[in-house]
Amino acid sequence: MDMLYQARWSPYVVGIGIGVLSWLTFLLSDKPLGCSTAFSRTAGMIERLFRGEKVLQRPYYKKTVPQIEWQWMLVLGVLIGAFLSTLLSGTFQWTWVPGLWATTFGAAPLGRWAVALVGGVLMGLGSRWAGGCTSGHGISGTLQLTLSSWLAAFCFFAGGILAAHLIF
Amino acid sequence: MEKLRANKRLQLLLGLVSGIVFGFLLQRGGVTEYDVIVKQLLLRDFIVVKIMLTAAVTGMVGVYALQSVGLATLHPKPGSVGATVVGGLIFGVGFAVLGYCPGTVAGAVGQGALDALLGGVVGILLGAGLYAVIYPWLQRKLLSRGDFGAVTLPEALGLHPWIVVPPVAAILVAALYWIERAGL
Repeated sequence: MDMLYQARWSPYVVGIGIGVLSWLTFLLSDKPLGCSTAFSRTAGMIERLFRGEKVLQRPYYKKTVPQIEWQWMLVLGVLIGAFLSTLLSGTFQWTWVPGLWATTFGAAPLGRWAVALVGGVLMGLGSRWAGGCTSGHGISGTLQLTLSSWLAAFCFFAGGILAAHLIF
Repeated sequence: MEKLRANKRLQLLLGLVSGIVFGFLLQRGGVTEYDVIVKQLLLRDFIVVKIMLTAAVTGMVGVYALQSVGLATLHPKPGSVGATVVGGLIFGVGFAVLGYCPGTVAGAVGQGALDALLGGVVGILLGAGLYAVIYPWLQRKLLSRGDFGAVTLPEALGLHPWIVVPPVAAILVAALYWIERAGL
């Protein structure tokens, strides 16, 4: 039971846990783990609030209907699960700027916020463009041995490694 | 099983419970932290890759076993050079700039990271919304370039899945062993 209160688990324990969780989602829900589609649906729901029903006429929202479904609840669950994890380990903490960012670029929140926003836009765009993210392609796709997912995961890391070395 | 999968309310609950487990694991693994993601991309430590490869090996063996006995259906995603490579590289740059991904950003918010909430989540929503706007144009111009369809490696090779799964799993385990031995 001590394990429940430990702040950090071995990456192998975590990886096996996520793998086993995948078995269950395939078995019980016929769904692979994935997160980025939920952001498309939410963006559609928000746009609908402002612009009304005509938003649903966008071809993308005809195939990815802006509604709350399994994956939307999954992403909400991720937030709750991470919160519970930090609550149990006593590591919950409000932070404005991540440590590595602060030591390199300073602790001013506004700069980090602006850069995170730009990164988020690229990520939202790229994940939908590629048809999946680090979960949908990177874990669920690779475990199914899907060719597009292995290629996507390679490109995620190629772009990421290059950009990270330019930034730092 | 069909009844369970068709029960919409129960599925919403199962999605939530799966998410709670997923978020708990991601947080304990450390990948809901900006520093861990960026250090992976700087190739200083390999937590992200270790988690992903271990999950892929574990998941692969179980999901293909479930498929073999008719209890699971595979859902391979389609791909093309115009979609997968271009989108994947844009994602990669975003990955380094944001330091979270669409799943771990939610976990980061759950552990109190305000840059993940106010920058990351807002940005990803804007980016996903923007994609829906430019999608018709992209679809005409780019997405089908170099289309290779929704295929898995066993399908592409024309081999039985159980001829392909064991060697691939062995290669991934060997890669993990090598990463560990290299002290990364």
